[in-house]
Amino acid sequence: MSETIWTERVPGGAHTSFVMRRGTRLRITAEDAGANASLVLYNYEQPSERYNMPDTLKGQHTAFLTLHHVLYSDMGRAMCSITADDCGWHDPICGVSNAALVEARYGVARYQEHRNDYHRNGQDSLQNELEKYGLTPKDLVAPLNLFSKVSVDDQGNLVFHQEHAAAGDSVELRFEMHCLVALTTCQHPLDPEPRYAPRAVTLECLPAALPGPDDPARRRCPENARAFINTERMFPFDVAEGVREVAA
Amino acid sequence: MSLIESALAADRARFREIVPAGEAFVHRIERGEHFRILDLEGNQAVDTLFYNADDFEECYSAVDTIRAQGNIYLTTGSILLSNRGNPLLTIVADTCGRHDTLGGACSAESNTVRYALDKKHMHSCRDSFMMALANLDRGLGKRHLSSNINFFMNVPVTPDGRLTFEDGISAAGRYVELRAEMDVVVLISNCPQLNNPCNAYNPTPVEVFVWHSGNG
Repeated sequence: MSETIWTERVPGGAHTSFVMRRGTRLRITAEDAGANASLVLYNYEQPSERYNMPDTLKGQHTAFLTLHHVLYSDMGRAMCSITADDCGWHDPICGVSNAALVEARYGVARYQEHRNDYHRNGQDSLQNELEKYGLTPKDLVAPLNLFSKVSVDDQGNLVFHQEHAAAGDSVELRFEMHCLVALTTCQHPLDPEPRYAPRAVTLECLPAALPGPDDPARRRCPENARAFINTERMFPFDVAEGVREVAA
Repeated sequence: MSLIESALAADRARFREIVPAGEAFVHRIERGEHFRILDLEGNQAVDTLFYNADDFEECYSAVDTIRAQGNIYLTTGSILLSNRGNPLLTIVADTCGRHDTLGGACSAESNTVRYALDKKHMHSCRDSFMMALANLDRGLGKRHLSSNINFFMNVPVTPDGRLTFEDGISAAGRYVELRAEMDVVVLISNCPQLNNPCNAYNPTPVEVFVWHSGNG
């Protein structure tokens, strides 16, 4: 634990935001089974550049993310890579809950009566964080729902996998560029749990070695190699030894 | 897949226009009006966004639409939801059968990742979108390009989570028709992509139509 830079426990239903620098990694650990942490990323230096779900999925020919997948920005850059994963599947396609969904499913629970256990929803929570940086509702892009699995059947119907994440499961994101991160621990919008029961996660910021030429995320597919080149052009004096601009 | 035809006749449309490949199209559609996109030559991806005509902060949301209908493909009966959860339009006819909303739009930068670094200078949907938004002179730009629909594009997802761009299932003369549930602005980029099968490697024109409410 000595290398930990900072930690933050995010209670269930809460929201937070912070900056992750190139050369650090974020370990997110689920406190209980069935956790969900929805996350969006923006280039901290130019927030109009942001995580782009479609580019990420079509570049890697996948409808979910797991170990050695890379989250791409809309500017063709590798924003962060998944460098450890206990779950095997994180959902990028279902978005977050909104006020109407939470009220319809769980009823009303106001702050006045419930204090900090009042009902919150994913959309307002992430917007709340983004507003701190001058971003508005249109800037809220499709998030990555960590710890949640939603597959599709042969007809394209969504299938939610309950309690996909076990207590203690963690996932690590290595940041390849400076990113603003906004995160909420509201329940997944398809979670069939009838109670309002969001689960907590713990965040740990740790140092990370810069990805070398044989980094498994870089080498996972030629698309990833090119996304790394696009990122490394922003950090010409801050790349691992042996990394050369060779189109894969 | 069920194919549903429209009863509206082309010669009664209040507006019709051919949109060549590689160009953008912007048009206001009033609540209750019907809007049709016709694939003239077949297998042409039509990248499309919708906005609340009175407030561009409210726009089409792929993830909200997918989640609410419980299915990743769009076809007749699909209600296109905004980022505020409001119905923008409903698909009321579809002779293609299935449309994509996960594939996003091509851009110079995504082309460098997907194909090769030297594909950066080819024309892309995002350039068409940004130019069209800038020309509206309302302070709109890249941040307003949240998510889009790719009409006539075939992006199947398998139960084990594989996602691919496949040959189209559309053909010459197939169309999709939508009824506006609020006053909306449609923004189209008729896709210029040459590097994958979304346009059968040959981008072609489409035709768009608008009918007044109840004037079929």
